[in-house]
Parts: sequence; C-alpha cells; structure tokens
Amino acid sequence: MDRRESLKSMILGSMAVGLTLESCVTETPPEVIEDKIWKYTYGRTPKEAAFDEELLLDQFFEDQELQTIKTLANLILPPNEQGTIEQAGVVEFIEFMAKDVPEFQVKIRGGLMWINNYCKTHYQAAFVNCTEVQQKELLDKMAFPDMEAEVQVQEIQFFSLMRNLVLTGYFTSEVGIKELDYKGNMPNVWDGVPQDVLDDHGMSYDAEWLAKCMDPNTRGDIAQWDDEGNLIS
Amino acid sequence: MQIIESQKTYDVIIVGSGAGGGMATKVLADAGLKVAIMEAGPFFDPANPEQRTQLKWPYESPRRGAGTQRDFGEFDAAYGGWNIEGEPYNNIGDTKFDWFRSRMLGGRTNHWGRISLRFGPNDFKAKDRDGLGDNWPIGYEDLKPYYDKVDKLIGVFGSNEKRYNDPDGFFLPAPKPRLHELYYIKGAKKSNVDVIPSRLSILTKRINNDRGVCFFCGQCNRSCSVYADFSSGSCLIFPAQKNGGQVDLFLNSMVSEVTIDEHGKANGVKYINKEDRQQYALKSKIVVLAASACSSARILLNSKSEKYPNGLGNSSGLIGKYLHDSTGTDRAIFVPELMNRKRYNEDGVGGLHVYSPWWLDNKKLDFPRGYHIEVWGGLGMPGYGTGFNPNDLNKHLGLTVGGYGNGLREDVKKFYGSVLGMSGRGESIARKENYCEIDPTTVDEFGIPVLRFNYSWSDFERKQAKHMHQTFEEIGHNMGGIVLGDAPEKDKDYGLLNPGRIIHEVGTTRMGSDPKTSVVNEFERLHDVDNVFVVDAGPFVSQADKNPTWTILALAWRTSDFIIEELKKQNL
Repeated sequence: MDRRESLKSMILGSMAVGLTLESCVTETPPEVIEDKIWKYTYGRTPKEAAFDEELLLDQFFEDQELQTIKTLANLILPPNEQGTIEQAGVVEFIEFMAKDVPEFQVKIRGGLMWINNYCKTHYQAAFVNCTEVQQKELLDKMAFPDMEAEVQVQEIQFFSLMRNLVLTGYFTSEVGIKELDYKGNMPNVWDGVPQDVLDDHGMSYDAEWLAKCMDPNTRGDIAQWDDEGNLIS
Repeated sequence: MQIIESQKTYDVIIVGSGAGGGMATKVLADAGLKVAIMEAGPFFDPANPEQRTQLKWPYESPRRGAGTQRDFGEFDAAYGGWNIEGEPYNNIGDTKFDWFRSRMLGGRTNHWGRISLRFGPNDFKAKDRDGLGDNWPIGYEDLKPYYDKVDKLIGVFGSNEKRYNDPDGFFLPAPKPRLHELYYIKGAKKSNVDVIPSRLSILTKRINNDRGVCFFCGQCNRSCSVYADFSSGSCLIFPAQKNGGQVDLFLNSMVSEVTIDEHGKANGVKYINKEDRQQYALKSKIVVLAASACSSARILLNSKSEKYPNGLGNSSGLIGKYLHDSTGTDRAIFVPELMNRKRYNEDGVGGLHVYSPWWLDNKKLDFPRGYHIEVWGGLGMPGYGTGFNPNDLNKHLGLTVGGYGNGLREDVKKFYGSVLGMSGRGESIARKENYCEIDPTTVDEFGIPVLRFNYSWSDFERKQAKHMHQTFEEIGHNMGGIVLGDAPEKDKDYGLLNPGRIIHEVGTTRMGSDPKTSVVNEFERLHDVDNVFVVDAGPFVSQADKNPTWTILALAWRTSDFIIEELKKQNL
C-alpha cells in the first residue's frame, strides 16, 4: 500500500470508529472510546462524515498527475531537516481539495497539462522527466507575478494556486506547525505577553488597566460581587 | 395522511433553543412549568467527544479546517450556514440579504463571538436624539435588573468604566491584552479613540461548580467542552434539566405554524419531524417563539387561518418589516515591527481582549448612529489559508514577491503574526422598506413556504462605513502599521458587507405600545394573541452599536417572569 492509500485507509478507519461508536458504547469503557476519538476523529455530523468518506474513496487525479504535483511541490518547498512534502501529506491534501473545491479541478489539471506541453515542446520530455535545471527554468517564468498587471497570465495564476496549496498543506501539518513554532492549542493560563517580548517592542502594561485583569491565583474561587459590581473574591 | 397528535399538553412550547429559547426554558422550567423545546436540528453537547472539535489540529482533518462544509471552517460549532441544503430563501430584485441559520441544540450560541454588550440608555431612545426610527417602549432602567441577573447567572468578563451609554455590570476579570492589541491601543490612543477591555461571556473566573473555567485555547467558536463559554445548551438548557425541570426536547423538529383554538388563542404548534418526514401536532397553553428573528416571523406569517388571514399576530401588517442587521466592514494592517516575532502561547480567550466602544457624538458627524471596533490578529493556530500568498507583504519592504524554494519557509515564518485587523460593527436604521415576507413561489423540502428578503443599505450606513475606514487608516498609521488595500469607494458601498453578514438580524416582530405600529408589547407578547410571546431578537426596535445577545437574554428573562406572574394571576 502506498502512502496515499495508507493515509486514506487511516482516515476511513478513524471514521468507522466514529460511525460505529453507538454499537460499542455498552461494551467499551467510555474513556477508551474517548481516547480513540481524541486521537483520530473530530465532531462531524453524519452527513458531513458521509460526504468526506465519499471524497476520500473517490480519486480525481491520475497517478501521473499526482507524480507531477509531487515533483512540483518538492520544488516549491524542497525537503530540509524541518520537514518534507511527504511528511506533511501535501499531495494527499491537494488531491482531497480538488474534490472538495471543484473549481480547482480544471485549473490544476489544465495547469499540469500546460507545463507538460511546454516541457515537451522545449525539452522533449514531460515535466517530471526534465532536469532540475530545466524545471527551474520553467518555474522562473511562472513564479513571479507581474506587479503592474491587473490580471496575471494563466501559468502564473496556476503556479500561485499550487504554491498556496503546497504551503498551506505544509504549515497545517504536524511538521509544519512545529516549524512555524506555534505554541498553543493546549490548556494553559494566559497571563499576558512575556516581559522580554514587551521589552523588545518597547511596550508595557498600564497599571490602571492591569487592575482590571485576571489574577491567575484566584480564578478558581467562585466570583462574588458587592452591590456596585465590584468583584470581592 | 393524518397529522399525528400528541395526547400530552404542555404548559409552554418553546420554539428554538438558542439564546432566547434557552433563557425562557431555564426560567420557566425552574418555576415548575412543563416545557417542550422544539429544535429544528440535532442534539448537541460540546462535551460529547463525538461532537467535539475543540483542541483538534488542522491535520486531523483531510481539508485542514477549510470552510467548504461549514462557513467559518470545519471546526466551527455551527451546523448550518448561509445556505442550507433543502431550506432555500430568496431575495427580491437585486437586493441582497444573507441569512445564517444554525440547526442544532443551542443554535448559533454554540459558535458566536461571545461579545456581550448591554444596550445603554440612549440606545432605547434613539429617536429622541436624531428623529430616526422609533423609541423602545421600555428604557434601560426596565432592563437593568435583568442584565444584572444575566451577568451573574451566565458570567461575562469586562470592566466597570462609568461610561454612560456602555453601562457597567457584574464582570469577571478581563484577560490582559495580547501584543497586537497593545499596538492597537497605542494607535487608538494617538487617534483619540477610546479602548477598554472587551466584554465576553467567557469564564475567566469560576462562577459555579457546574461549569469549568477558561483554559485559554482561543476556540470559543468550537463551543467549550468544559462549558467555560456561554452556549445556550450547556449554560441554560442542561442546567434546567439538571435542576429537575420538566423539559422535553423535540429534536429535528421543524415548526411550520402556531395552531389556534376556536377562540383564536394559540393552542400549540404543528411541526415536521425531519427524520420520518411526517407532520405532527403538539398542544400547549402558551407558545413562546425563539426561532430567530426571521424564522419566528416566518412561522407567524405561515400561521394563516380564517381569523388571522395575514398570519398570526399580524393585524398591523408589520411582521417581517423593519428587519435590520448591524453594519460591518473590516480592514487589515501590516505592522513591520511585528515581523519575526518571538513565539509564545498567545491563544487567550476566543476573541478579542480589547475593543473600542463608540466614542464620538453623532450630532457632529454626517451619519446618525455609532459603531464599535473589534480587533483581531496574533500568533493564532495555523489553518487552511496559512501560507497563502506567503510573501505578498514583501512589496511593502521593497523585496521580491513570489518565487519558490526554501526561502518561502522563511517568508511564512517572518510574517506570521505581523498582520492585525479591525472590524467596525455599527447600528443601522430600522426601516419599514427592509423586510422579509413569505415567498408564495417556493417551499422548502418540508413543504413549508420560505422567506424572501428585500434589504438595501441607505446613505446613513454608507457614510458610517466610510468613517470606519477613515478611522482604521488613522489608527493603523498611528500604531506604525501599513494599511493594506485601498479604502473601498462609493461603488462598493464603502466596504459594507451584505446585510445579514454580521448575523445580528433583528426587528421583524417589533415591540411597541401601539398595536397599529408594532407586533408585540413591552413584554414581547403578541398584541393580537395574548398567549404567544416572541423572545428572540424579533422584538428589537433598534439594534444599537452593540451585539444583540445580552439584550435577547435580558428580555427573555423579563418576559418569562411576566409569564409566570400572569399564570399566578390566572390571566393566561
């Protein structure tokens, strides 16, 4: 099973857990069910889950097109020690989005065809079989928008779309989020911007403002007020 | 085929389980009444792992959180959106109204922004100040005790500021501003625009032992699994049930009309069960509509009979009229000083920590009503769209835009968290010419005639939007930022979003003392039928430069108290 297939079955498997949940509710301890769901699924209505399953079972791009997308994606964001296109599941993501956003279909399929036509004319080979020098020679014609133009030509539009999908696919993946160094999405107590950051930006908290703010030490105490609305707990 | 009738008679049928319906349920069930809640969508509990989206990562979804299935992204807790399959609506001519509906227990309260602003004394008597629209038959002093009770029951953080038209309350402590919010404060102060801590119904401090305390994931729009934000299910309906209330939930039940007896009084509702697609009838002594301003108007207009040929409660012909939404327009600011930021967890609460309440006097301006400013930005969780146009901002730095290769990684990291935004949300004037009505040409998939809308902005709103952009630009420059894009011109209504886009639609069953010029009285009771009440935002005479939810809650509580008193006096 290739990576794409295994990803597909992983997602489908996780959905099956969600869908068959009711039948196992009586036999499985709730915390076990919760663990499974926590790891693999998120809240979907049955209709949404069925729609996603349909998209995941369907395949839009031909294998050869997927290969071209993969080559292109690796040129847009070459692998480095932080993460790769493959680790981020970028090709699978683009395959999914082409089914989820039908307007992408002709744009991407046509764009891939256009670059292959170009390569066959100029280099007598399909894009994936060109040398990296040739591939980059072509990308140099597509990757820089004309800042004066009101509407970009097709190949520039196509490349922008691919660049957007590749980058968003990468930076919403586990490796990409780690590389971006996003620190949140976990329980914590917000107690303001760290002092060194405030210092770097020449900012400080105003004392009068701070007096209105939460004290992390008493936030577990049940709130009580006097008649004037002053918090007294 | 027969209508299937239930033998049980309820004291009250409440149609809709959002803010108004939840509050009516809580107050009426606590008083011992037998309550049936009619909800057009499924059960929802954010604590249910099967329905939970809170704390999920984008890569746990094949579309990385894109908004292709849910308008605000697939982790957003609204089942529904601007368009719902099988439940269409239409617009008249080239007018545009976008109608957001959420079909689930708790309705739109599961995903809303939690901005919880009381209306001020001026807001109830706006006509006295500028001669436009109408005054409310009640004033701030009538609603103040209920706002106070709502603050204490549900919890809202904020600060007492002694601002006349932004009344103080019983607030939980505010979260400290984030870095981009400090930049906003800096810019706003230089521009003489007031800034105060925001007022959001999120528990920064414990208010009881049934609900958890905020753990700062910034995801209130996914509805909180520990009930630390206000959602109608978790904060009103579940507690009413837990308190021993006699509350029956009718889920996936789409109410089509209010039924009447031979004396012309309401005696229940008819509804379609979405699962078996059969029509049912349910009986009650009182009907409380809380289906949302436009849905309640639709139900009343569809409740036609020999006695009420124009719909129930519609002798004035005003049901559906005076529909109005908040105005809205937005602008983004790039702050070069925020490039290459140090990273730390800046999620905070779900939404803004600071905001600007209306700070000017309209008598000195060329538009009659005010607006407030909301602020957004920061080191938020990546989602679908992160990395799009990765280095467009380079054009402001004299650097190359576009390209490929690992330099793009550095571009995305460099600009992460360097753009903030401002959203103006203002008061529009309620006008009779803006309305929804039954469209005789179309039914939904349940055979119920649908609504069509007729809504246009006037120069009052356009001039206000123009002023918003001038303010955004001034604040943007004063914080050391570069304002992105050009200010939208007149041909684009100065950037005004389509009516309905701010999802504050109100006014369709407006309140008043005169049955000729209003639909309900000050206790939200239909002038024409004394056992039907409307507790959503339909009764709003004007919507102020605030958000409607806190006022819906206060009014629904006041109305519910009135119902209990009337029952005690045997007037109902």
